[in-house]
Amino acid sequence: MLALPSAAAPAPRRQVFVGTAVGCAAAASLIGAMLAIWMRFRTNALDVPKGQWLPKGIKVPLVPANTMLLAFLLIGVFAQWSVYAARRDARSHVALGLTLVGVIGVAVVNAQAFIYARMKLPINGKGATAYNTMFYAITGSFLLLLIIGIAFSVITAFRYMGGRTTDREIVSAHALYWYFLGALFFALWFVVYVTK
Amino acid sequence: MTTIDTHAAGAAGGVTASTSAGVSSVADWFTTTDHKRIGRLFISVSLVALLGVIVIAALLGIERIDAGSAMLGVNSIPQLFALYRVGLTFVVLVPLLLGIAISVVPLQLGARSLTFPRLAAAGFWTWFIGAVLVAISIAANGGPGGGNSKFVGLFLVSHIVLLVGLTAAAGSLATTVLTTRAPGMNMRRVPVFSWSALIGALGLVLVLPAVIGALVFTYIDYRYGRVGFGGNQAIDGWIGFGSTQPATFVYAVPVFGFAAEMIAVASGRRLPMRGVIFTGIGLVAVSSTLGTVLQQSANVSRNIGRASLGGWLSDVVPYAFFYLLPVLGGFIVIALGALAMRGGKPRIIAPLVFGVLGALMVFVGIVANALYQISDAQLAGTVFEEGVWIYIVYGAVLSALGAVTYWGPKLWGRLIPNKQVLPLAALGFVATVLSSLPYLIAGFAKQPANTSEFDYGGPQNLWNGLSAAGHVAMFITVAAFVGLAARSFSKGQAAGDDPWDGQTLEWATSSPAPYANFADVHIVASPEPLLDLKPRRDR
Repeated sequence: MLALPSAAAPAPRRQVFVGTAVGCAAAASLIGAMLAIWMRFRTNALDVPKGQWLPKGIKVPLVPANTMLLAFLLIGVFAQWSVYAARRDARSHVALGLTLVGVIGVAVVNAQAFIYARMKLPINGKGATAYNTMFYAITGSFLLLLIIGIAFSVITAFRYMGGRTTDREIVSAHALYWYFLGALFFALWFVVYVTK
Repeated sequence: MTTIDTHAAGAAGGVTASTSAGVSSVADWFTTTDHKRIGRLFISVSLVALLGVIVIAALLGIERIDAGSAMLGVNSIPQLFALYRVGLTFVVLVPLLLGIAISVVPLQLGARSLTFPRLAAAGFWTWFIGAVLVAISIAANGGPGGGNSKFVGLFLVSHIVLLVGLTAAAGSLATTVLTTRAPGMNMRRVPVFSWSALIGALGLVLVLPAVIGALVFTYIDYRYGRVGFGGNQAIDGWIGFGSTQPATFVYAVPVFGFAAEMIAVASGRRLPMRGVIFTGIGLVAVSSTLGTVLQQSANVSRNIGRASLGGWLSDVVPYAFFYLLPVLGGFIVIALGALAMRGGKPRIIAPLVFGVLGALMVFVGIVANALYQISDAQLAGTVFEEGVWIYIVYGAVLSALGAVTYWGPKLWGRLIPNKQVLPLAALGFVATVLSSLPYLIAGFAKQPANTSEFDYGGPQNLWNGLSAAGHVAMFITVAAFVGLAARSFSKGQAAGDDPWDGQTLEWATSSPAPYANFADVHIVASPEPLLDLKPRRDR
């Protein structure tokens, strides 16, 4: 009978972290494709004489958009604080960091809702344009990723505070996801809100 | 040291034997986290769907034999073309290869389970529900160009659901290869099929979300304003890139890994230059993934030599990167495979024949696609593209049938009889050539794509008749194979643990493999750990 040397069960190889990275790649492809289509529409609209992309009378509120960008910077700091504290078994600091990430995430959702309310873009009927439907589609997709991030924060907090304090990998994966969301929002902010 | 035959305790699905009967057995399948069962679910459903879609393909082929007479309703023809395209790509090609990889790759890696098995199971059910809804919506005149507004919306949403399921399963598979390998199995020692599965899964993770992004825009626009995306008539234009070339090359990447692995096993030798083969597979996947995601078009003409520097940079370089690199990658795998076979006396086993013929068919499709992209050939909008696509899909199907024959013992413990399956490989090869090659010829005669109304000089009835006959032959191949496989579940010869004289870790456990795959964790010191232990032959 054939025989191979056996070994002790290997230590986990950061499955949650790598899985999160793979998920981030998929989400980057999703938003990247949507941004590419957005830019193609914008270019086509502006290439014709007197072409217009942003509908007349619509103003993009930059203050909440900029605030969202700043919020992602803060989220990055707090997510990394959680990782730092988890490595030092400082449970209360981890809990505070994760809570702050979640709360600021909710604030970002609120800012996006505020932008929708301020812009009042008609999605159908009179006044509906390609810009309108695409604006809702692309920001809505990002909003979904944001809500997944908030759920990730809640799950991480529950797991860690529930006593699985050796499970530091999920805290790192959580931070990776929020860094990725921040980078993605930077692209979205530049294309959709700044260049319009 | 420990023996490697491991009959780990625990029934499939992680439940006790007492719950095996009746309703609970069905419930086990619904809730299973066993990667082998999840893979078998993907394989079974996609093979059944394949039979249905081939019938549609044959009907469309027959409809095109005599362009003057209409056998099918005029309104139903665009919907049948949509079902044919979406069905063969996203309900057959992708899930069939993904299912095989999910059921086999953890065994090859020496892992006890798939990483995130619940995600993969959720991926299966999401895909399944999406596929059923896609079929219903197209049947209710709701596919691309369909007239039923509500069902067109349902088609778009269910298409998103279907793709989300496939992406989830691919993510689980990719993470498994990246994180869950036996001690000592670094990436250079990963079995070549597992490598191709990893590359293919990462390609899926990047390509499918891009299609989802286009679908989200199309759906929101269709559901509300209908101002930017052209309504139901333009759906194909926005999402069609996901079910044509070069995206299909990404989906078919595991075909090359399987062929290379079969050549090594049948020859009883180590694969020469594994690193180069890995690179070849990587070239096919990377260039095709980028070609799909970046949507770069290249206007290459016959007079490439006279092109200016700007022309070279804007057209020839993208053409070479996106359409010639996959040719190079496929050629590397096939050439090194031929080299390996020449050095030994390969056993003629059904999985080898299926695997090699499947890889050759996919390679022909990749080469033909490079021709399709040359603007002077004037093939755009013709059935040439359909011919290329059939080469890829049916080539992958041949490979998948070989994979089921090869790894069947690990999934249900019994062999599919080699002598009875071998003729099916030959029939499948003839069917693939017959159903696709006439369309390549008809493409040069300017037969338009996706329509049954055309008139061009040449034997158009012959080309379309041959293609329809090819689809019928493929139906016979698949139906006969499914019948043989079903019979082997209960009446097949017991396989034994290593019936093919394998080289990789899956043959170190019992047949069928137990729920946790291995009782012991094994240390791996080479890419062919089992070959190291066997009496040395000429290798």
